[in-house]
Amino acid sequence: MTQSDHRPGTLIPGGAVFPHRHLTGIEGLQPHEITFLLDEAETWVEANRTRAAPDRRLAGFTQINAFFENSTRTLLSFEIAGKRLGADVVNMHAAQSSVKKGETLIDTAQTLNAMRADVIVIRHMSSGAVRLIADKVDCPVLNAGDGRHEHPTQALLDALTIRHRLGGIAHKRVVICGDLLHSRVARSNILALTALAAEVRVCAPSTLMPPAIERFGVTAFTDFDRAMEGADVVMMLRLQTERMAGGYVPSSREYHLRYGLTLERLAKHAPNALIMHPGPMNRGVEIDSAVADHVEQSAITEQVQMGVAVRMACLDVLTRRARGVEGWA
Amino acid sequence: MTRAVLFTDARLICPERGEREGELLIVDGVIADGAAPADVVRVDCRGKLLAPALIDVGVARIDRAAARAGGIVRVAPMPDQVPVLDEPGAVQRLALIGRPDLWIHPIAAATRGLAGADLAEMAICLSAGARAVGTGRGWIADSGVMHRVLGYARDLDVVVITHAEDGGLTSGAVASEGETASRLGLPAAPAVAEALAIARDLMLAEETGARLHLRAVTTAAGFALVRAAKARGVRVTCGITPAHLLLSDNAMSDFRTFAHLSPPLRSETDRHAALAALADGTIDLLCSGHDPRGPEEKRLPFADASSGAADAAALLALGLGLARDGRMSLPRLFALLARAPAALLGLETGALLPGLPGDVILVDPDAPWRIDADTLPGKAGNTPFDGLPVQGKLLRMWKGGRELV
Repeated sequence: MTQSDHRPGTLIPGGAVFPHRHLTGIEGLQPHEITFLLDEAETWVEANRTRAAPDRRLAGFTQINAFFENSTRTLLSFEIAGKRLGADVVNMHAAQSSVKKGETLIDTAQTLNAMRADVIVIRHMSSGAVRLIADKVDCPVLNAGDGRHEHPTQALLDALTIRHRLGGIAHKRVVICGDLLHSRVARSNILALTALAAEVRVCAPSTLMPPAIERFGVTAFTDFDRAMEGADVVMMLRLQTERMAGGYVPSSREYHLRYGLTLERLAKHAPNALIMHPGPMNRGVEIDSAVADHVEQSAITEQVQMGVAVRMACLDVLTRRARGVEGWA
Repeated sequence: MTRAVLFTDARLICPERGEREGELLIVDGVIADGAAPADVVRVDCRGKLLAPALIDVGVARIDRAAARAGGIVRVAPMPDQVPVLDEPGAVQRLALIGRPDLWIHPIAAATRGLAGADLAEMAICLSAGARAVGTGRGWIADSGVMHRVLGYARDLDVVVITHAEDGGLTSGAVASEGETASRLGLPAAPAVAEALAIARDLMLAEETGARLHLRAVTTAAGFALVRAAKARGVRVTCGITPAHLLLSDNAMSDFRTFAHLSPPLRSETDRHAALAALADGTIDLLCSGHDPRGPEEKRLPFADASSGAADAAALLALGLGLARDGRMSLPRLFALLARAPAALLGLETGALLPGLPGDVILVDPDAPWRIDADTLPGKAGNTPFDGLPVQGKLLRMWKGGRELV
């Protein structure tokens, strides 16, 4: 096992601050644990920007990106994150996976385990599938999105973006608008932001609002104009094309009329709000180009930058025990 | 120069204020308090009824002549038009073509093409002039779809008008199961098809908090469900046509296709339940369901004929007949014919109150005439009341204080 190269001046707290073996979700994380991950990610933001000398702390480690559900941006982000830490990154795509041949998820998990991976990043279309795999493997597991359930690294990068741009998260009014029903990004964000004491509002038509959502400590709105009033952050979620065809929402133009983030809405209800979107965007549907490309207020590209930093931090933290980092054994 | 009309010596019937003798003033199209201006036009009512003009919710077709004859100034047509009212162009066109004499308040489709599968663009259609959304002549069979329809409609605070009859049970049926249908050999469905559908729609309405209007409730079981739901605070209203209050399934005897209606005529027991529901306030409004069908659609074997009755012109007289029979007071009649339909559509009208539009009718409640299919004003004369002597004639009509000719 390699020793990690600590940058001078960085405080490496002991493993007690983050006792979890896996990162399967935001649920179950204490606020200080979330903050710890954000602080760790912070150190990589600058490193990524300045392209400092390559870090080799994960040299010799095998990272398997087991993506049972297709993705471009998240997969790329995890691959870059792992490689920037010196890991050997292997991508497993849904199309190539033996699951197509009928292999059960458990068997796939046991196969991955037998290959002695050091860290596995999993994305799957079924809620809870990541937990199922995590229980079967010996190495740490990172959830890159499971069904509608959670997407913890997205929530972390969103929180980091807000912290970066607004100086903090507590008491900020964050409005999350879009297809909340099917969104793991929304769930993880709600959990993370409420844990960090933000005031969270969710907005969607009734047909796309998760039942009992107010039990998560958020206020639910079906009227976007009212929801946006005085927001510090407006986070728009993508509406999948299939869902715009009439099953949940009659059409994309009616959706845009009622829930589209336009310059007009922004100016009227939240003129200084930070604009966020996990991507990919349906320009002209949930968000107008003029808003997405807003020079001062859009943080969308920054979210992507934060994404790599957050994933580097997660890969680093989750493998510290295996690497025998001081205080983490 | 103000356009003012003063009605004198009138028997005023107001759903809110009751019945009284007196005068009514309309200034600039709006009912007014206070003194009449000097240039007022006077109308001597000679003791006849002066009441709010009728609002007919759920007509199948726009029929200006029938509405004019029936004292109807506003209609809400069903979404089953050609083209279906599921897109703003169709909605807006209808909303404008009747003016100024007949104001049309379209009921937009709840699902695209009224196919019962995908949500229709309710918000866009509302902005084009729709005042309600509806399932049309059919019932949304997929409960998941109905759940989403009601949730989406609740967000927009728009009422969903449903035709509550279970589609599976009523498939192919043209009558209500019973002795008459069996003797005539007509495909029939049990009357419980109505209560089944009502139960489901009520539960979903309660679940979502949406406003639901049952276009036609015609069975005892149906009324019981509505009564109980209202007691629980569910936001439900229901309507009925005079046909289901005055006729039962034996009106179909001799295969009279004018008695082929949707929902079909029910048993005498259900008819009596309807009269009881009228008396106890379970029924919120009366409508005609006006559906003019020419001979090519009605001069056919019963099962092949189109359903529907063209009763808009007779609605007022039939309503007055119910009042004469002691079923309700005159103020309550006009609550059923004007005020409640207005409330359903979110319109502040239908009563003789200051500030409300001057839409009024002058009626001779005793004038006799006979409903005759051949001479009934409108696009067609298919009425199950063909030949019935009635009392109650529209004398004159004003829309916004302007007399209609």
